[in-house]
Amino acid sequence: MSAHDLVTYRYDGSWEGLLCCVFESYTAHELPEAILGPEAPETSLFGSKTIVTDVGNAARVEVSLPRKLGHEAAELVRLTFFTCLPEKELWMLRFLRLGYQYGPQLLQFAGNETVYRLQKAVQHLLSEAHLLKGFIRFSVQNNVLVTTIGPKNCVLPFLAGHFKARFPEEHWLIYDAAHHMALAYRPYETAILPLESFSAAPPDEEEARFRALWCQFYDTIEIRSRHNERCRMTLMPKRYWKYMTEFTRDFAVPDANPQLPAT
Amino acid sequence: MDIMEKLRILSDAAKYDAACTSSGVDKRAGRGGMGSAMAAGCCHSFAADGRCISLLKVLLTNVCIFDCAYCVNRCSHDTERAAFTPRELADLTMQFYRRNYIEGLFLSSGVAGSPDVTCERMIETLRILREEYRFTGYIHAKAIPGADQALIARLGMLADRMSVNIELPSAASLAKLAPDKTKRAILAPMGYIQRRIAESSHDLVRYRHAPHFAPAGQSTQMIIGASPEPDYQILQLSEGLYRRYGLKRVFFSAYVPVTANPLLPAVDTPPPLWREHRLYQADWLLRFYGFSAQELLDEAHPDFHPYVDPKCSWALRNAANFPLEVNRAAYEELLRVPGIGVKSAIRIVRARRAAALTWDALARIGVVLKRARYFLLCRGRRYPGLVSDRDAFLLAMMSPREQHLYRSQESGTRQLSLFDGNEPQLTALQREAIRCLPMIL
Ligand code: SF4
Repeated sequence: MSAHDLVTYRYDGSWEGLLCCVFESYTAHELPEAILGPEAPETSLFGSKTIVTDVGNAARVEVSLPRKLGHEAAELVRLTFFTCLPEKELWMLRFLRLGYQYGPQLLQFAGNETVYRLQKAVQHLLSEAHLLKGFIRFSVQNNVLVTTIGPKNCVLPFLAGHFKARFPEEHWLIYDAAHHMALAYRPYETAILPLESFSAAPPDEEEARFRALWCQFYDTIEIRSRHNERCRMTLMPKRYWKYMTEFTRDFAVPDANPQLPAT
Repeated sequence: MDIMEKLRILSDAAKYDAACTSSGVDKRAGRGGMGSAMAAGCCHSFAADGRCISLLKVLLTNVCIFDCAYCVNRCSHDTERAAFTPRELADLTMQFYRRNYIEGLFLSSGVAGSPDVTCERMIETLRILREEYRFTGYIHAKAIPGADQALIARLGMLADRMSVNIELPSAASLAKLAPDKTKRAILAPMGYIQRRIAESSHDLVRYRHAPHFAPAGQSTQMIIGASPEPDYQILQLSEGLYRRYGLKRVFFSAYVPVTANPLLPAVDTPPPLWREHRLYQADWLLRFYGFSAQELLDEAHPDFHPYVDPKCSWALRNAANFPLEVNRAAYEELLRVPGIGVKSAIRIVRARRAAALTWDALARIGVVLKRARYFLLCRGRRYPGLVSDRDAFLLAMMSPREQHLYRSQESGTRQLSLFDGNEPQLTALQREAIRCLPMIL
């Protein structure tokens, strides 16, 4: 093995940047050992090669994707970018190399590990997004709907269309505390913004009342003689509970008129 | 009485209805509105009994002039009574919806005053939601048997899904346990709703903006275990309802004894959850796997097997159909193999176009072979190393839960009634498996 094979790429973490890594891998005839985002710590003994994002090169790769791989496979790589697959960049690069070599039929490769990894990861992403469409709990705060989620995958882009169709006239904000970004909406525009931190204000009286009503409903609707904890946990994994009203039971309304010291 | 109390009483009274799906229709809010729906449905939470919570499931009131023996709301039962005003319930629905607690409303009601009066109050609730609040989320409304057709028609124009509950699987049980309801009073609105749904989809083809009657279709529910009908009769009835009334779903609700009544199971009888589960499995086979009720059960085998699921039982009773050559079997035949679902069958058909499938390839495309290997051949070969060990075979046929149930509840003397009748041309393995089953179970 030559040192040449042990090259590591460092890119800016963007989709275009990753396409440039693909471009580099082809023009330099090399398969990097790792592709690191801007924040990843240095691991290679040999240092890493910084891949500069060149919009022109990225565009060349991008247009080639559906042509070479077909729409289904191109979509699969595009979506993988939003998943929490460990070393996703490397898997995506391997997938693309397979795709350039074999074309759309690569999706039929039974049991190919690369294809399987991408498919699994995207399935996980989409199913997490689907679950969150239901599990998100908004609080009404100054007439804005706000919520926090902590997903494993980067799901915000996959929630936008859904909540827009649901609440076209509202202002709302979904904060992804795991990826430090927010999906914000006001009629009729959506934006995804980086956001270091966010926490909702404590509930006002009306908000607290509806939270309590919801918990009342949640508790009453269970048929006790059918109690089944395992089933509930399988269908609604515990890691989602942290942000759900029926589990946080957070109804405390701060004193609206604190006593001011007499002057 | 405050809203909290009303919500407690009226959701408690509604919770025995099994239907809570928000499926069957795709839509989005127009400008100025609120509410969308996904055809696949959406669960917003899961209750501690593991059931999906999708809709705000409540009664408008639990006051009822009728006296159905199995129902907590019957007039002779001493219980707290409450009623929402239509405005209160509409407001609560909007506030819950806005916070994303729910996908919509499931509205049912006890019969207060008369069926017509009850129906009018339900209509008023939905009218406020749809017209004043411009709510476009999901609404499931129960038709009240005995209400005027014009009122059912109005309800259907406001709701996404309608249902009329059959409740008991025979006219005799109805007469005994629900003396105020007749089969006719239940089937008449069901038939009417079906005609309106059919007309409306016909009109929609011609005029795009024709008003839409219950676009997510119609469903019904049967209570399991309150009356003596066997699974066979229940499944036949379900099949008939799907065919005759074009129902989207038949729901089964394991009877939870609510009070002592000599006509009903004793109060400490656990709800027959396992039986409910088997009926749902069989219902699935009717709807998506091309089975008929007659194939799954008959007079000689009137009930599902406690340890082996309906598809497996069918396959064991029809052992002569197997083994099937994976590379030649029709899609419909593959669907009938235990362990092969719709997804696997599609994958097999897709993958075998490229090359004849081997056992390895089958596993690699994600077909679970635990059960299927006993029923298949790959390029004429049996699954390698498949031994005719009766314990292994039996365990393979059962899911972990079934194995657990079997070990915990049975003493080993019970006779298995799966294999009576003719068993022509069995392979050695099948004969062995079949012979040993009754000895073990
Ligand atoms: S009519 Fe409905 S609410 Fe009234 S007793 Fe019968 S089942 Fe219960």
